[in-house]
Amino acid sequence: MPDYSVSDSLPTSLFDIVIVGSGVVGCAMARRFSLEGASVLVIEKEVDILDGASKANSAILHTGFDAPPPGSQEHACIVDGYNEYLDIHSRLNLPLLECGAMVLAWNDAEASRLEQILQDAHRNGVGQARIITQKQILAREPELAACVVAALEIPGESVIDPWSAPYAYLLQALDNGASLVRSCELLDGRFEGDEWLLETNRGRIRGRQVINCAGLYGDRVNQMLTGEPGFEIRPRKGQFVIFDKSASALIQSILLPVPTELTKGVVVCPTIFGNLLVGPTAEEQMSRIDVNVDEQQLRALVEKGRSILPGLVKHEVTATYAGIRPATEHKDYQIKWHPEQNYCCVGGIRSTGLSAALGIAKTVFCQYVDNGGRHTALQHYHWPQVSQIADPGPRDWQQPGNGGIVCHCELVTRREIEQAFEGPIAPRSLAGLKRRTRVCMGRCQGFYCAAELSDLTDGRFVQPIGVDQ
Amino acid sequence: MKASSCRVAIVGGGPSGLAVATELAKMGVDGVVLLEREQDAGGIPRHCGHSPFGFREFHRIMKGPGYASRLVRRAQQHGVSIRTGASVAKIAPAGGLVLSTDDGVERLKAEKIVICTGNRETPRSARLVSGSRPLGVMTTGALQSMVYLKHRRPFKRPLIVGTELVSFSALLTCRHAGIRPVAMIDNQSRITTWQAAAWLPRLLGSRLLMNVELDEICGRERVESVKIRDAAGRVSSLDCDGVVFSGNFVAESSLIRGSHLELDARSGAPAVDQFGRCSDADYFACGNLLHPVDTAGWCWAEGQRIAAYVSASLDQTLPPAERSVTVETESPWIKYFTPQRIALPDSFSAYYHPGLQLRFSEKLQGRLSLCDEHRNLVGHKIRVQPERRVLLSLPASESLSACESLTIEFTPSLEKVP
Repeated sequence: MPDYSVSDSLPTSLFDIVIVGSGVVGCAMARRFSLEGASVLVIEKEVDILDGASKANSAILHTGFDAPPPGSQEHACIVDGYNEYLDIHSRLNLPLLECGAMVLAWNDAEASRLEQILQDAHRNGVGQARIITQKQILAREPELAACVVAALEIPGESVIDPWSAPYAYLLQALDNGASLVRSCELLDGRFEGDEWLLETNRGRIRGRQVINCAGLYGDRVNQMLTGEPGFEIRPRKGQFVIFDKSASALIQSILLPVPTELTKGVVVCPTIFGNLLVGPTAEEQMSRIDVNVDEQQLRALVEKGRSILPGLVKHEVTATYAGIRPATEHKDYQIKWHPEQNYCCVGGIRSTGLSAALGIAKTVFCQYVDNGGRHTALQHYHWPQVSQIADPGPRDWQQPGNGGIVCHCELVTRREIEQAFEGPIAPRSLAGLKRRTRVCMGRCQGFYCAAELSDLTDGRFVQPIGVDQ
Repeated sequence: MKASSCRVAIVGGGPSGLAVATELAKMGVDGVVLLEREQDAGGIPRHCGHSPFGFREFHRIMKGPGYASRLVRRAQQHGVSIRTGASVAKIAPAGGLVLSTDDGVERLKAEKIVICTGNRETPRSARLVSGSRPLGVMTTGALQSMVYLKHRRPFKRPLIVGTELVSFSALLTCRHAGIRPVAMIDNQSRITTWQAAAWLPRLLGSRLLMNVELDEICGRERVESVKIRDAAGRVSSLDCDGVVFSGNFVAESSLIRGSHLELDARSGAPAVDQFGRCSDADYFACGNLLHPVDTAGWCWAEGQRIAAYVSASLDQTLPPAERSVTVETESPWIKYFTPQRIALPDSFSAYYHPGLQLRFSEKLQGRLSLCDEHRNLVGHKIRVQPERRVLLSLPASESLSACESLTIEFTPSLEKVP
């Protein structure tokens, strides 16, 4: 299960499958093909996994109630992905907050559209959805602004840990034979006979099949390997505001707006870490890397949150961030095998990637088999346990020998930080350590623990915390 | 699960917590346990490697670390049990604390609990600052602890945002580490702390830019530059490799927010009476948790006073909490005040009590007074600056006994503030 270090030379063997990109889709893909018995190599151009579109989302596990209709790739993948997450999460020690969601109508015009959303939900196989009255809404969510008119309730919508889930998928792949190379950017590739020769910044890689899971760069990798982009990535930025843990007592469920033609709108929901999230914005932009936050947009989100939950005015903002969804000119996902070239493109996985990833991997594998792909699935495979950093716990600070708490806001222990470095796929940036442990992610944002962290991370990061390190 | 009990548990080992603990021990109260979540007690002064500390307590000018360790030594000499690496995760009614230590979870039951968790600066995220999120953005507290405790430099030429007292501490911390800030900026026309401090940045080779706002942070891995905006709205770029967000202190009230104790919305701190007693009378609060931000010396003196109240509470000689009159204000200029309740009758009025402590949101002058339903009880003319302590003495307790509620009023004068 090698995780090739920055200085290692690349493997020269021929892999059954080379996956380009370690976002949530690449991680789930690596897991599926490894468990089915293929030899898998994942290459990632950034210093860490999950560093593109997958690093910032609303962390909701969708039922698919508002997905495109059955028959679409997106619908099938969300349904499969949702079900598979429910099947496997406890075996990987992944959290699940089954809080349910409500689509809130704030006026009669919006209320009149709930019926259509209900019909769509039933059409999409989400039978538990139902319309509830203002009284029922406020009984469940007493802190909600009382001017709410009606709502569609979808009990199955849940909240998960957007980082640990894909991390666990990749970990399981590595535990069962897959390999990972980070800081490895694909520069060119050609299909010769029955083998791909892929040129990277770190040398040549060989693979029988290539699966493009390059997310925000999906069209460019397509262009590089097939000579045509296939689709055009249209980056869509989403900014988020995270409120203090004290604010999470204000809500029980995920609060969604009635969507418009252009956007699904701003969500207010609990996070698996016990905070409250408001976002995202939906801003079309040219850049695939610009994840800047903007004060005006953040203020608008805070105001939006307060208009839905007036009690939010008493709570502080803990964090702000932005992510980019790899939208395309198409409404549906762009999943396409090119059997003649042993190549599959998995593109345009917009905002539902976290929910659908496991389903996407399954779909792609089934199509691979349909095209003649043959492997002997592993009879027994290993289930790695990711450490529990979500709020429901049990957490390491409750256990003996934890080494004491380093980050007091998020209750992160010294042992958790040390384990992150010792374990597979060790973090190579502060951002990576934050995602693995939640250190520095709390209300003080490093006021108390930044110094201790600069010591604990000495020599570990490509970009160290201190300038003299 | 390990469980133990004590008479008084003090949460937080900064100047106020150490003062409460030491004073209680001096008064002969046995079973005082001070819980400090860091590996060393002493609080913020531990990483303020510059003067002036300790004049009030030790009658000499000291640097922060020396002052902190001396406070710790004195507490230990008086028999205070200091438990470091003990983090309080939860507080509950009837004095029940849940601690996390290296050994895991532990329960501690105390007759009285004093919360002295202090305050912290508002970080970049809560200020909703635009831009990217690179390395090199931090608060003064993080900078100080990196420089003085770990001897590391997070940057070489940062921008300092703010002109409070702590902002100048950031400047001195930088100087100590051979870091040269490119500039210090503030969106006001006058620095927040004493005007005399304004020469310091210039002396140290940094620019002081007033009426300037931080517009955006730029840089992918580390800070590369910032955009700043002047009063006329002109935006310019300033090369730097870090940003220090200094000041804008808020109460470190995480424990309170998740608990049964009443929180005062204005101060973000627990609501207390003049004895520092919370809505659950087994709990007290003290120090910068109640009034972000004051000097270590002020918090230390307050700790001594609170210790007397805690001791009286153990002896059941403190006036009961039930009979109290609430203090309110509708003034838009008052950022916060503490205490929010006055217990009656105040048999402790013989003790020196500074009265109500207030902060104002802007530079003003006018008349500040405390009124009941019918009349002005006390009042005086004041000149205020934002983030500076303002005091309003409490009237004699006899004159309060008939009151239903008290109101703080502030009437700004029409003269222009010089």
